Amino acid sequence: MTLLLTFVAISVGFAIGLLLALGRVYGNKIISYSCIAYLEIFRGTPLLVQLFIIYYGLPAVGIIFTPITAALIGLSLNSGAYQAEYLRGSIQAIPANQMIAGRTLGMTRFQSIRSIILPQALRISIPAWSNELIYLFKYTSIVVYIQVRDLTFQAKDIATQSSRYLETFLIVALIYLLFTYIFSEIVDQVEKHVRIPGIGLSQTIVKRNA
Amino acid sequence: MHMLEVKDIHKSYGSYEVLKGVSFSVEKEETKVIIGTSGTGKSTLLKCINQLDPPDKGEVWLEGEELTSPSADLNRIRQKIGFVFQDFNLFNHLTAMQNVSIGLEKVKKMEKGKAREKAIEELKKVGLEKQADQYPAQLSGGQKQRVGIARALAMDPAIILFDEPTSALDPELIGDVLEVMKNLAGKVAMLIVTHEMGFARNVADEIIFMEGGHIIECGSPDQMFNNACKARTREFLGKISTLYGKE
Amino acid sequence: MILLGIDSVTNNLPFLFEGLGITIELTLISVVLASIFGIVLAMGRAYGKQPLPFLIYVYEKIFRGLPLLVIFFLIYFGLSQQGIHIKAFYAAVIGLVLHSTAYQIQIYRSAIHAIPEGQKTAAMSLGMSRLKTIYYIILPQVLRLSIPGWSNEFTILLKDSSIAFSIGVFELMARGDAINSMNPQGILYVLLFIAFLYFILVFSINRGLNYLEKRYKISGYEVTAVR
Repeated sequence: MTLLLTFVAISVGFAIGLLLALGRVYGNKIISYSCIAYLEIFRGTPLLVQLFIIYYGLPAVGIIFTPITAALIGLSLNSGAYQAEYLRGSIQAIPANQMIAGRTLGMTRFQSIRSIILPQALRISIPAWSNELIYLFKYTSIVVYIQVRDLTFQAKDIATQSSRYLETFLIVALIYLLFTYIFSEIVDQVEKHVRIPGIGLSQTIVKRNA
Repeated sequence: MHMLEVKDIHKSYGSYEVLKGVSFSVEKEETKVIIGTSGTGKSTLLKCINQLDPPDKGEVWLEGEELTSPSADLNRIRQKIGFVFQDFNLFNHLTAMQNVSIGLEKVKKMEKGKAREKAIEELKKVGLEKQADQYPAQLSGGQKQRVGIARALAMDPAIILFDEPTSALDPELIGDVLEVMKNLAGKVAMLIVTHEMGFARNVADEIIFMEGGHIIECGSPDQMFNNACKARTREFLGKISTLYGKE
Repeated sequence: MILLGIDSVTNNLPFLFEGLGITIELTLISVVLASIFGIVLAMGRAYGKQPLPFLIYVYEKIFRGLPLLVIFFLIYFGLSQQGIHIKAFYAAVIGLVLHSTAYQIQIYRSAIHAIPEGQKTAAMSLGMSRLKTIYYIILPQVLRLSIPGWSNEFTILLKDSSIAFSIGVFELMARGDAINSMNPQGILYVLLFIAFLYFILVFSINRGLNYLEKRYKISGYEVTAVR
């Protein structure tokens, strides 16, 4: 369950993040400001509060979600906001000349973004993105509080029943650590695979901290 | 007793031996210049002297104290050796004046007011008292280096080591720094590694020519430039003089 | 019909503000402790002798890989099982500090690495001992360079304090939940209000620290630490 939440949330979050980042960088004033507003709100409030609003609060105006749906929506929206920031940083890190070069070849803005900017930006974002993956993985544990049966929830159940809190949670801790490690490795491999010499900030080494 | 004595220094980096037995001495208020091709260990030698990068073999003596001995109180002895770096190495978070006074305050435990006064005095000597409250980022290369010299001077050292002090500077700025160094000659002992032949010729009491980790020859500027013993010395100086023009 | 329930907010204002107080208290104490530990451990990792750097590295790996919730449970429930009972508030502080310190070490380390080696060399040439060099030359610069990363961490701590609700700390979020159980009608407004409070705090912290960053900037350095 935890894994499911993580992967769906990060994917949807990615889509949202990408749209927001592009909107913020390339959009006109209205789009840009709306994106910024979204980002400020979702990064300025705790995930827990956001989940609660979606699950407990919205029913008051007639919108009801199942726990899982609520969790997915909340996690995606939240993750999207943070991913937008990483992506924006990467897009802005690419020299303006790249876009100019694309346009002089006759590409439209859209084509330039798609074929020139994005391939580079995405590679630059990999370290930050791997952070986000691990981050998300850990924060899915919060969905316990909107009644979603993820790893932490099950653990809590078992622990309460058996009164063996320490052992249960230590095992859970190990599981989280194990997966964190596995994810890091996988992302590392992916990064090596798609690496292009010369692309990648020297800060890449700094950002990789999971 | 020599003021600074360097005895048979050897230094290797991995399997590569950079200094292969270097010995010389410097007297009080003497100006000695070390010249030679790049990579011959000139900078390494300076770092070996103040033990920033201790030599593998050999001894260094300053005013009768042995720096290379394991019981040497390096922090205290280093106060007597000033160091001026190629890359200036000014403390970025401090103003010019603070850069000069911090050694006085924290190492010599001078009272703040007095340290400030002395710092400003030193800055005057290098012509920068107006820049006292500026930060390194706001100074030109030449100004930064002069602050570096002031910082070293403030500690009243017995000798100042200069590691290619003008190599990182734009040509127009080199003159100011050399001028300051010229004014110091005779007032404090100086050991300078540089490519500035004009300076070496006019200001040095003695020139040391190094190559391949050895001292090839040393002598007064007159001797070295006009009447060198070793062929290699003549070759080197001949080429350099042509390059830099006889001053 | 929709506006029914706004009184849930107005009736409970004192109650909620009390919770806010606890949230702020929790955040501030944790931030201060985590910053101190963070700096000390970062220095330890950069300048210490083995096995210290390695141990710190292990610490980082563990506490960055665990969810805060699990850390809280381990401390609060796990320890009480062994007979060690800690008040929820303190358990929360310990958990937040352990978690945040691990991330802060990274922030300070990037700052330490951004400082050129020459600064240290110059200080030692003046005769400064290692300790003095670190205290007067390295540390001031590290602190200034870390401001952006640190302020980011500060707001994260503020938001993470809401998780303390899980071990019974009666902070802002917990109170929102309490109101929900007692009076589910106005819950949307209560939650929105709570979100609003967090938002104001985060916003002010960001603005405030932005100002600090500009004021203490040392030109010529570029460090970005990403959480």
